[in-house]
Parts: sequence; C-alpha cells; structure tokens
Amino acid sequence: MIRWLAAFFIAILALPVAAQDTMPPAPYAYSQLDNPQLEAEAAALMHTLRCIKCQSQSIADSDAPMAGDMRHQVRSRILAGESPDEIRRWLIARYGDYVSYEPEVSATTWPLFAVPVLIVLVVAGVLLRRLGQRRGSSEGQSS
Amino acid sequence: MTAEIGLAALWLAAALAVLQMVSGAFALRAAEGEVNALAIYARPAAVVQAFLAVLAFIMLLYAFATTDLSIKLVASNSHSMKPMLYKLTGTWGNHEGSMLLWVGVLALSGGLLAGFEKRLPERTMGATLAVQGFVALGFYAFLLLSSNPFERLPVPAAEGIGLNPLLQDIGLAIHPPTLYAGYVGLSVAFSLAMGALLTNQVNPAFARVLRPWVLGAWVLLTFGITAGSYWAYYELGWGGWWFWDPVENASLMPWLAATALMHSVSVLAARDALRTWTIMLGVLAFSMSMLGTFLVRSGVLTSVHAFAVDPERGAFILGLLLLYIGGAFTIFALRAGAVAEGKRFAVASREGALVFNNVMLSAILAIVLLGTLYPLLTEAFDVRVSVGPPYFNPASAIFAVPMFLVMAVGPLLRWKSDKPARLQIELGLIAALVIGTIVLVSFFGQFPLLPLLGLGLAAALAVAAFMPLRGRKLWRVPVATWGMVLAHFGVAVSLFGMACEGAFSQERLAAVAPGGTEQIGDFSVTLQSVTPVAGPNWTAIEARLAISESGGEPVILYPQARSFWSPPMSTSESALLTRWDGQLYAVIGNQAEDGRWQIRVWWKPFVTFIWYGGLLIALGGVLAIAGRVKVDVKRRTASTKGAERRADLEALGASPAPAE
Repeated sequence: MIRWLAAFFIAILALPVAAQDTMPPAPYAYSQLDNPQLEAEAAALMHTLRCIKCQSQSIADSDAPMAGDMRHQVRSRILAGESPDEIRRWLIARYGDYVSYEPEVSATTWPLFAVPVLIVLVVAGVLLRRLGQRRGSSEGQSS
Repeated sequence: MTAEIGLAALWLAAALAVLQMVSGAFALRAAEGEVNALAIYARPAAVVQAFLAVLAFIMLLYAFATTDLSIKLVASNSHSMKPMLYKLTGTWGNHEGSMLLWVGVLALSGGLLAGFEKRLPERTMGATLAVQGFVALGFYAFLLLSSNPFERLPVPAAEGIGLNPLLQDIGLAIHPPTLYAGYVGLSVAFSLAMGALLTNQVNPAFARVLRPWVLGAWVLLTFGITAGSYWAYYELGWGGWWFWDPVENASLMPWLAATALMHSVSVLAARDALRTWTIMLGVLAFSMSMLGTFLVRSGVLTSVHAFAVDPERGAFILGLLLLYIGGAFTIFALRAGAVAEGKRFAVASREGALVFNNVMLSAILAIVLLGTLYPLLTEAFDVRVSVGPPYFNPASAIFAVPMFLVMAVGPLLRWKSDKPARLQIELGLIAALVIGTIVLVSFFGQFPLLPLLGLGLAAALAVAAFMPLRGRKLWRVPVATWGMVLAHFGVAVSLFGMACEGAFSQERLAAVAPGGTEQIGDFSVTLQSVTPVAGPNWTAIEARLAISESGGEPVILYPQARSFWSPPMSTSESALLTRWDGQLYAVIGNQAEDGRWQIRVWWKPFVTFIWYGGLLIALGGVLAIAGRVKVDVKRRTASTKGAERRADLEALGASPAPAE
C-alpha cells in the first residue's frame, strides 16, 4: 500500500546523484495528450508499466521523477504514431522485463501461467471427487 | 521505570506461556471425565498472561505519549512536536511496537478464550490452550530475543527522528490494530482447530465454539482491509484503491481463507458436514496470517512496512512460520484420517454450493499467493519479475466469476439435497440480470471485459442477495440470516463500485494558471489561488479549487502538497468532493517554470460504493455474531432452566424420566 514511501525514500537518497530531480518535469509527464483516443491508449499502457524506482506502482500512479519521464516517453511516442506494443518492447529492451506488468510467457515466468492451469485442474479434480461421486453411490468420501 | 516494567511483564508473560503450554498438554493425559492435577494451571496462566502482555503494551503506549527519548524505539520513531494522536499511533507504526501489539492481542484473545469459554470438554480446552501457549511463546521469544521494544539508549536522544508522514493519518491509526486483531483472532481459530483435532472432537458443538472467533476475526479483517484501501486511495494521491501490492495481498490472503473457513464452520455447526475441510481451513487461515506477518515484518519486501532490513529477524520469523505451519500440517496429515466422516450431501444442495465456493476461494488464494511469492522467489536467483494488476485481475477472475454465480444461487438451495428445477424462476431471473446488464451497458460504449462482467454480476447479486427472504415473514427471519443477506448484498455493492471505477472513471491532468478553468465530466474546476499554509510539523502549499457541477453553485476544495521536515518528505493531500453517485478527486502538484500549477482531477462514478460495500459486509458479519450469540444465550438459559426444573423435581422425589 505504501510503495509511495519507498519511492520517496529512494528519491531522497538519490538526490545528490540524480541531477534529473532538480530539472523541471518533461512536458507530457503531468499533462495529457489532446486527442482523447490517443490519451486512452497511453493511459492503458502506462497502467501496465512499472515505476522501477517505486514499490509496486505503475508509472501512471507515481510522483517519482523517473515515472514522470517514462510517462512523457509513452505519451510522446504514442503521439508520434508508435503502437503500445512497440513502446513496451522499447522499454523492455531498455529496462528489462521488470518494467512490464503485462505477463508474458518466458523462461523465467512460465510457472506463473502453468500453476493457474494446474490449479484449474486440481480444482476440477477436487470438485469431481467431493461432489461428483455422491451422485447415487453411497460410498462417498467424507468432507 | 516504564520500560523496565514493560520488559519484566513481557518476560513473565513468556514464562506463563510455557506454564500454559505444559499444563494444557497434561490435560491430554487425563482420562475421559477426569481432571489431571497438573492441568488446572492452563486457564489461569492464560488469563494472567493476557494482563501482563497488555500491561507491556500500555507501558510502551505511555512511553510514546510522553515521548520518553531515552527509549531507542521512541527516539527513532517519534518526535516531541508531533500531535498527540500520532504520538500514540506511532506506537504501532514501527516493527517492534507492531509486534508487541500483535503479541498483546494474541495474549488477550487467549485470555478471553480461557476465561469465558466453558462449553468445550476439558481435554479439548487443555489441548487448545497448549497450542495457543506454544504459538504465543514463539512470538514472545521473537520480541525478547531479536526485537526488544523497550531497549534503552545509553544517552537519551535530544530529539526524536519522527514518524513517516504517510503514516500520520487517522486511517493508519485504525487500520493496523484492526488487521492485527483479525490476524490474531484467527490464531484462536487455529488453536481450537488443533485442539479439536488432537482430541477428536470435530463436531457441531466445537463448531459453535469456533464460530464467533472466526466471525469476529473475519469482521475485523474485512473492516481493516476496507479502511486500508480507502486510506491508500486518498493518501497516495493518484486515485488508485487497490494495487495488488504484496503488503495488501498479505492482508487479503487471510481474509480469503477466513471467508472460506467462516462458511465451512457454519456448515459444520448446522449440518455436521465438512469436518476435515473446516480443520484444514482453520490451519490455512492462521498460516496466511503468519505468512502476512512474515512478509511485512521480515524485510523481504523492502517496502515501507518492512523497516527491519535485518536478516536475523527475517530468519527468526521464517523459522517460526515453518515450525507452526509445518507442525500444524503434519498433525493434520497424521490425525485427519481419524476424524470421523461427516454427514453426506448431494451436489445440488446448499452444502454443495458452499463447497464449490470454498474451493474457488482457495483457488483465488493460491493465485494471490503465487503472484505475491513468485517475484520474491525469482529475485533470490537474481531475476526480477513484475507481477501486477494485469496478471492478478484476469487470473483471479477465472475463479471469481463462477464463484459469484454460485453465490447468487447457493443461499436459495436447501440443505442436503435439492432439485434445481424448483428454482427455475430464480435461476432465469439471475441469468437475465447478468446478460441484460452487460448488453445494456455495452450499448452505450466500449468497455473492458472485466468491469463489464462485474456490472452484470453485481446487478444479479444485488437482487439474488434478497431472494432468500422471499415468502418469509420478515420479522421472524433470524438476525443471523439478515447478516448473510446484508453481507452478500455488500459484495454486490462493492463489486458495482469496482466495476464503475474501472469502466467509467475520467481523468484530467493539466497545468493551470491561477484563474484558469478545466472541464471534467459535468464539472468545471477553477483554480482560484494557491497559498502557503503551515501545520504542527509540516508546511504546505494549498490550492483553492472552485468546483461547479453543470454551472451550479461552486463548492471549494483545498488540496495540499505537504512537506514534512522530520523525517523530510512530501505527501499529496487530496481533496474529495463526495456526491451520492461518485467522487471528484483533486490533487495539486508542482509549479511549472511558467508559473502554472499542475493539477490532477478525477471523476470516479460510484467509487465510494467499494467501501460502502466493505462496510456492509462487515456489518453483516456483526449481525451474524449478534444473532448467534442471541440464540446461544437463549439455548443456555433454556437448558439451565430445564436443569433447575429437573433438580427441583428430583428434590421432590418424583424422579421423572430423563427427558432432554
């Protein structure tokens, strides 16, 4: 809940080294695109990108200067006609998989997809065993 | 002196926990109906221990209230200039203090159980108290050996460092104690479950003893999560109300388990079915509480909750976690076979629906657990993975959608066995509401799938929640049933709020010069002025925003950007305009070079319903407790009266037939 705090702590600690903190934020960090459709596209994308300086926050809800810069990148690239997927790929190439909340199956993330499938199977199994065999048969297991 | 009294009380309490554990264990060696001579100390030990642990906490509270800077914990977490309220809440705004609160609540609930619960057989009670003492002992050891809250400084500090400004808020004054009380209430459920398992007493009588604890813990967790969500919403300044942050998940997981446990206990109490399932959920719920404590307190998350970046503490809690959870599941595995089979039931029955939904809740729990722990796991191998809303939302919806559908129908089914054909009209109405709402809403625009489904389900659930009352005389419906109706309706209300927030929110971010106006939805927002203001331990710039709805009389909002000086930090204080159909959320940001101010405004239709729903759910739980207590008291007075009458008759020498 309080990932803000971590962001601020880090921002404060980083003050002497991060010259960007003293610079004014980029134009699209805190203002929207004029075209509502493009802005909606940008907003949807921003909600799935991680503010890498923060604790569990997307760049769409962080005050960290870095999140502002990334918002500017997303909006200006959308305005320049790039697709959200291209922008995501560009950001991943720059910051690594960590920057994207959108899950993608890869060598490191496959259990995130395999386990839910497994859970579905286990759930189906448990329900069939607990509920299914009661029909008719009196040899039902206890619950 | 206060610190020394507190520390001494803690050591004594730890010693009593040992006595409680040993004495309780001796109860197991007593034959049926007899009392072991060594088993009589368990109850008094638990009661005195509760007094001592609470005393220790009060001592710490007093040290914070008087800002006793010779105590290390006070010096590093408080400040003499803080308002009194936040001095007090600062007591649990840090690692040691919050663990002391945890242990205090644990001892208090153990004391209440020992002092007031007379319905259980002595052997079961002894085993329960032994387990409770064993759990308490581990946490006393953790406090005393690695997180002593009463440590003195060699030289008292001149001034304290202060409390994290984000925590200086009324939301945080109530959120952690409520959650902790909920977590720890589940410890009693755990101890009772283990006690019943060890003495083979898993039956409806045991379920009736267990139920108020589970309900109470569940109400507190519900309330704590609701308060925490609202706090995050208004305090973090971007209008988000749930982030799937590990710390939030840490409170959600015990809630999911407790929700399943609560339903399971009701089935056990009413129908004597789902015996092992209830015990397993009891173990699971407290395991999740401890896991939550571990995640938040060990430093694995390096978030604000994890002040302890000290691996020793993390390892200690992990050890406790493995000991208790591992031990509990081992006993469960060894003893579960001995628990006799409960009553059977058909698929289409109320029990069947409850089993289905308990399995769904457990599956959602598994998804949240996986998504929370997986990034930690890969980080250990230096691979950083982000798991966030785009993962959690669809993955949990897979199980949540069928769960909500069954939840609409379940309460209409009869116990044991029912024919779905009997409910044709109701089923048709529910299906029509889901489909009709989705079609109707899609007619007005393109919306994401999940909010759309949420709207459909919310409409159906809201109507279905009241269906169990159909054809009944309303004044004769038991209070507990009203509780269920209200809680289920609360789920619909909350779901409606979430779906509306997801589908219809509007956002306006802009740089505005004083005097400038921005439009959002039906509202026009005028920045009238920006002025500096000062508080007790902060300074701020405050914007004066005139909000006018469709050209009507303007309302003034005052969002602030605060700068605290000890510790130095800035926070956004959002200003909210609450209407019955939503909230306008305004934040003031920085000043741009050209003198304009960044303002952020959101119009969030029906967002408040999320928390109204949460409160309704909690209120439903309170009604359920009240209803059960009423019935229990009635039953008890009836049985005492009956016993008196029998005694009177015997005294008269009539010796009647032993009729119950």
